[in-house]
Amino acid sequence: MTTLALAIAITAAQIMLGLAMGCAAWRTFLGPRAQDRILGLDTLYVNGMLLLLTFGIQTGRTIYFEASLIIALLGSVGTVALAKFLMRGEVIE
Amino acid sequence: MIEAPDLPVWAALLVGLLVVGGAAFALIGSLGLLRLRSFYDRVHAPTLGSTLGVALIVTGSMLCFSVLQSKTLVHELMIFILVSLTTPVTLMLLARAALYRDRTSGSGDVPLTDDDASN
Amino acid sequence: MKRWIPHPLLAAALFIMWLLLNQSVSPGHVVLGAVVALLASRAMAALRPEPVRLASVTPVLELAGLVLADVIRSNLAVARAVLFPRPRVSGFVRVPLDLTNIHGLTVLSCIVTATPGTLWVQFDRTSGVLLIHVLDLIDEEAWVRLLKTRYEARLLRIFAQ
Repeated sequence: MTTLALAIAITAAQIMLGLAMGCAAWRTFLGPRAQDRILGLDTLYVNGMLLLLTFGIQTGRTIYFEASLIIALLGSVGTVALAKFLMRGEVIE
Repeated sequence: MIEAPDLPVWAALLVGLLVVGGAAFALIGSLGLLRLRSFYDRVHAPTLGSTLGVALIVTGSMLCFSVLQSKTLVHELMIFILVSLTTPVTLMLLARAALYRDRTSGSGDVPLTDDDASN
Repeated sequence: MKRWIPHPLLAAALFIMWLLLNQSVSPGHVVLGAVVALLASRAMAALRPEPVRLASVTPVLELAGLVLADVIRSNLAVARAVLFPRPRVSGFVRVPLDLTNIHGLTVLSCIVTATPGTLWVQFDRTSGVLLIHVLDLIDEEAWVRLLKTRYEARLLRIFAQ
């Protein structure tokens, strides 16, 4: 009974995180300017990392932890690189 | 897809609440990304997911694995530390890049130069 | 002591990180972690970072508690602003800072940006003026006062100038 309730809670959380990823992806798609797209991408990877953590809780396997640790460590590098690229002001829309 | 670890009642309750709470904050943050009007407003929204969202889900994960393996496991703290250190840096850089672009193109109501700092 | 461990805080942080990643405090990992922490912090010395000098440690806990409370409160505030939109003004605020220590500024920037609702945009080192963006701007003076008395005063006490 408790296991079923927990399973429903975790699945609900996964659906919410999936919707959150959808919102972020939609902002990346929508724009309107380059900085909005980068912000959407940044949110997308944080949400994806959280989704992986919930998969780890669901299955009880620690391999998901490693994956989300890598995303937490390296996900920001892409955003920083893109922001630096914008800073040069050489991107013409 | 419906499966969950076998936890005692109190732990299952806490883990469920923490995970759903964290996911709710992440969802509200991402929703804000869609609903807020200007770019500078939108930068505030994802911080919801990367502060309280990450904190709650990481706590839930720590609790779950500590109970499952019946020893205190705190290595998920690493994720929280890394996210809370890197997110401010990326958002700061992004805001500065956006400010730079708005200043050079002269669009939007952004403060133009640093010289008018005295008023 | 100073010659062997040039950056004691960094070495301690690396050591704790090593133990956390390996999820064990067995003697082998303690020794290996200590060696890695010492070597890595000595390698860091080649970059010549400005050394961290703490003047006082007690305000650190105080500041951590304050930041925790503020993050939770502003999380709820921003969540409310997203879910139930009402007319509000957002805008830029200029805050003149007395803080010059680079580590103090780093901590302040992380605090300001990690708190939803405020965003560190730009800091001019020559004039010492900080530009922040606030989501729910009602009273400009109140934000300046809040930032200066709540965080900056404590950071000035923590980091030796």
